Amino acid sequence: MKSRLSGNEAVAYAMKQVNPDVMGAFPITPSTEIAEYFAAYVANGEVNTEFVTVESEHSSMSVCIAAQAAGARSVCATSSCGLALMYELLYVAASCRLPITLACVNRALSGPININHDYSDSMGARDSGWIQIYAENNQEAYDNFIMAIPIGEAPEVRLPVMTCMDGFITSHAVENIELLDTGVVRQFVGEYSPQHYLLKKENPLAVGPYDISAYYMEHKVQEAEAMKAAKARILEVAKEFEKISGRRYGLFEEYRMEDADLALVIMGSSAGTGKTAVDKLREAGIKAGLVKIRVFRPFPGEELAQTLAGTRAVAVMDKSEGFSANGGPLFAETRSALYDLKQRPYLINIVYGLGGRDIKVEDFEQVFKRLASIAESGDIHPVYSHMGHRTKGAIA
Amino acid sequence: MSKVYNLKREVEKPPRLTGGHRLCAGCGAGVVVAGVLRALNKEDRAVVVNATGCVEVSTFMYPYTAYTDSFIHSAFENAAATCSGVEAAYKALQRRGKVNGVVKFITFAGDGGTYDIGFQSLSGAMERGHDMVYVCYDNEAYMNTGIQRSSSTPRFARTTTSPVGSAGQGKPQNKKDITEIMVAHHIPYVAQTAPLGNFKDLHIKSHKAIYTEGPCFLNILSPCPRGWDYPASKLAEITRLAVETCVWPLFEVEEGIWRLSYIPKKKLPVEEFLRPQGRFRHMFLKGNEWMIETAQAYVDEKWERLLERTGA
Repeated sequence: MKSRLSGNEAVAYAMKQVNPDVMGAFPITPSTEIAEYFAAYVANGEVNTEFVTVESEHSSMSVCIAAQAAGARSVCATSSCGLALMYELLYVAASCRLPITLACVNRALSGPININHDYSDSMGARDSGWIQIYAENNQEAYDNFIMAIPIGEAPEVRLPVMTCMDGFITSHAVENIELLDTGVVRQFVGEYSPQHYLLKKENPLAVGPYDISAYYMEHKVQEAEAMKAAKARILEVAKEFEKISGRRYGLFEEYRMEDADLALVIMGSSAGTGKTAVDKLREAGIKAGLVKIRVFRPFPGEELAQTLAGTRAVAVMDKSEGFSANGGPLFAETRSALYDLKQRPYLINIVYGLGGRDIKVEDFEQVFKRLASIAESGDIHPVYSHMGHRTKGAIA
Repeated sequence: MSKVYNLKREVEKPPRLTGGHRLCAGCGAGVVVAGVLRALNKEDRAVVVNATGCVEVSTFMYPYTAYTDSFIHSAFENAAATCSGVEAAYKALQRRGKVNGVVKFITFAGDGGTYDIGFQSLSGAMERGHDMVYVCYDNEAYMNTGIQRSSSTPRFARTTTSPVGSAGQGKPQNKKDITEIMVAHHIPYVAQTAPLGNFKDLHIKSHKAIYTEGPCFLNILSPCPRGWDYPASKLAEITRLAVETCVWPLFEVEEGIWRLSYIPKKKLPVEEFLRPQGRFRHMFLKGNEWMIETAQAYVDEKWERLLERTGA
């Protein structure tokens, strides 16, 4: 079914089609609308979810953890500081192996307070044990949310999944979208039937122990193994999803990478702008390409290295600062992934778009220009730099 | 529950907090938890929720749980939200025909997890009206981390963050009145009790809280031999003195009606309660008589107010 929806409404609609058992809801810009749409579905009797309107994101995640442990399929949505407030519990959710689904509408973290897009919120949670899947547009945000459920709930995975979309750019822009039939979605996600849960009559369960050093490490290794297993599961679910939707997904998307010399590694909606720049350069005879990372956790390191192996120079575009003084988080992962290649491309990192700062096709053309010069000269300095900010002189 | 309370019959029921947990000898919290769970009807199931704290780390150390019922702990400050989540799941799954039978939801948190860090979560859960019981085992300080002051610690009590020295005389502030704050949430049932004597008061109030629909709150005094500094054998005696001095009055507020559960025949002076405890030792030093007088005046004022409220 063709429709026109904002990213938030698309995700809320996916939630409605899933009809989860429990939703924890707390407002924060720009994800607020998801809870609002869902509240309307509840009020109109279109879902029979237990809708828990908590007093904070911390409680929202606490409700989801407890509900999922009790045997209920649980969802929530948040952004920015809301995700940061959940931080402690994100680890708890993952370590208890509870496949909660969270729609993260990415927004810059305070401070200073800013409501616009970058990835500082979910990048801060990248080591929490959650699977992270990023969308470029509304269609992907919708599709990713539906796929998240059978990914997270697979017995070999049992990890929570965060489906991310760009705040305002994706969440609030209305785009054409292809929606699946509700019956098809219900069948695709199936019933949540965990083996063990608190409300199981035959066998009481204890969740969340004090786990001393004699056991903690084994549990963490199991969690790490689950994250490794998630990669195959994500691809398996993508294959199944293609059958019902005709849309194809991988761990990342390769755009004109077949013979690319110069490439960008990027995430989210900026990839669309980057693709336009690639097209322009291709017209001019420059072998440009782009890799859009869709799955950040588990990180597709080996696959990405394969894809970038034939290139000469690559710019990793980070839309969040890591304050490591050594580049952003996507750069750290990408550079590490390339280490095992016999012949590596030159690699630079550009941090851009913080707090919603715009990036244009011309900006990407500049990046490619620099990559072309690096490919010639081999001079990669500065390896890590910022783009799109005013300099001291310009402000004066 | 049979109408007449009989301790012998009650303790003959299979325990729902079993032996072998790691709480200290002389700890009030263990008997409080066991006592509350004993008030469950034998045939009913429960999900027990814990905040991080002494009880949690002592009763569920992997791979051993002391509970015969299902149990969940996730963090320090979210016990009420956690219980909300379990209760929400129950409602959702019941609606969809996936669970059936009576299941009760009971949360235990210390005063740190209730008066302080878990206060917001507690207030939210009570306001939303989940069908649950929240039990604060009040031992008047952060005991699990090594006796730090909380907003429940009474004035003058010595803790590791309100020590006694040349410029400090224990905690400078009075105890927060969480029970009254919970009453102000206008929930169906709020009560204050203690593991006293034959446990009748604790049992009856627990049963009422568990079987009253909606959110109910119990504040239960739980003396701590380490933090309060008394010999393990003195638990019952310390509890009795807290009640007989009116430092810890027993009362309940049912649908907004205040009721006093016990009036001491002879209200003992507050120093009877203070003297056996090391945390108040400095109050008995020469020159510190004013502290005992201040403590007495505070208890008297609170007690008079309670008598007025309950019409006793």
